Amino acid sequence: MVPTAHYVILSALLFTTGVVGVLVRRNPIIMFMSIELMLNSANLAFVAFARHLRSLDGQVFVFIVMAVAAAEVAVGLAIIVAIFRTRATIDVDELNVMKW
Amino acid sequence: MGELIAFVVLGAIAVAAGIAVVVVRNPVHSALFLVVNFFCLAVLFLVLSAEFVAALQVLVYAGAIMVLFLFVIMLLNVAGVFESQRDPLRSQRGLAVCLGLGLLAEVLAIAVSGAARLPSGGGTLPQDFGSPTLVGLLLYSQYVFPFEAVSVLLLIAMVGVVVLTKRSV
Repeated sequence: MVPTAHYVILSALLFTTGVVGVLVRRNPIIMFMSIELMLNSANLAFVAFARHLRSLDGQVFVFIVMAVAAAEVAVGLAIIVAIFRTRATIDVDELNVMKW
Repeated sequence: MGELIAFVVLGAIAVAAGIAVVVVRNPVHSALFLVVNFFCLAVLFLVLSAEFVAALQVLVYAGAIMVLFLFVIMLLNVAGVFESQRDPLRSQRGLAVCLGLGLLAEVLAIAVSGAARLPSGGGTLPQDFGSPTLVGLLLYSQYVFPFEAVSVLLLIAMVGVVVLTKRSV
């Protein structure tokens, strides 16, 4: 059996990739994908700890994280589409005014 | 031993796909690499005997969410989706990678130091651990309130998306 710590380290690697993605990329769609990477790495940690502690609570949390991620992606992409309609660009460096 | 091989291979593919999501220029390719990442994690969930979560991962993430991503990427034509070459804050990129490595070092330090203090798991794993029956029972008994809150959240998200994207009347 692979120790739980190994899964946590893999989760940390994936989380860091997501963080760097949000910081480095200027395309909001790819920034969203990086946020999905981070949420997924948290899910991996939840599932690993659920097995370690022989408790299904962690898997229920994963279920709720997935539902929140789905809602977040739907609203976020709707905002991106709305911004693209009014500004014809979605580069986050161009979007520096709150009201247009 | 089998679990270790699966963990190493799938973990390596997952990390490589995650880095590819961030590095690749074309957003469609990023989305496809993200699908690879999700499938690797789904198999890792199976290895961790979380069958229900693995099925959800494939259905919800690789199915619904990625279709939404690809749909939006293709709706906003590719020319508009590519990033502008001119980056006014280019110096921030190196800084961002350095900060990311710093974060990784911190998280790894916490994980390694915390692993010693982790309480040992109790006994052998039950045969049906992570089956839809057990997770469903837990969802509808102990966690029924968060479950209903999630349904309200999804309803609010749906209404919000319709309001955000409809053209003003």
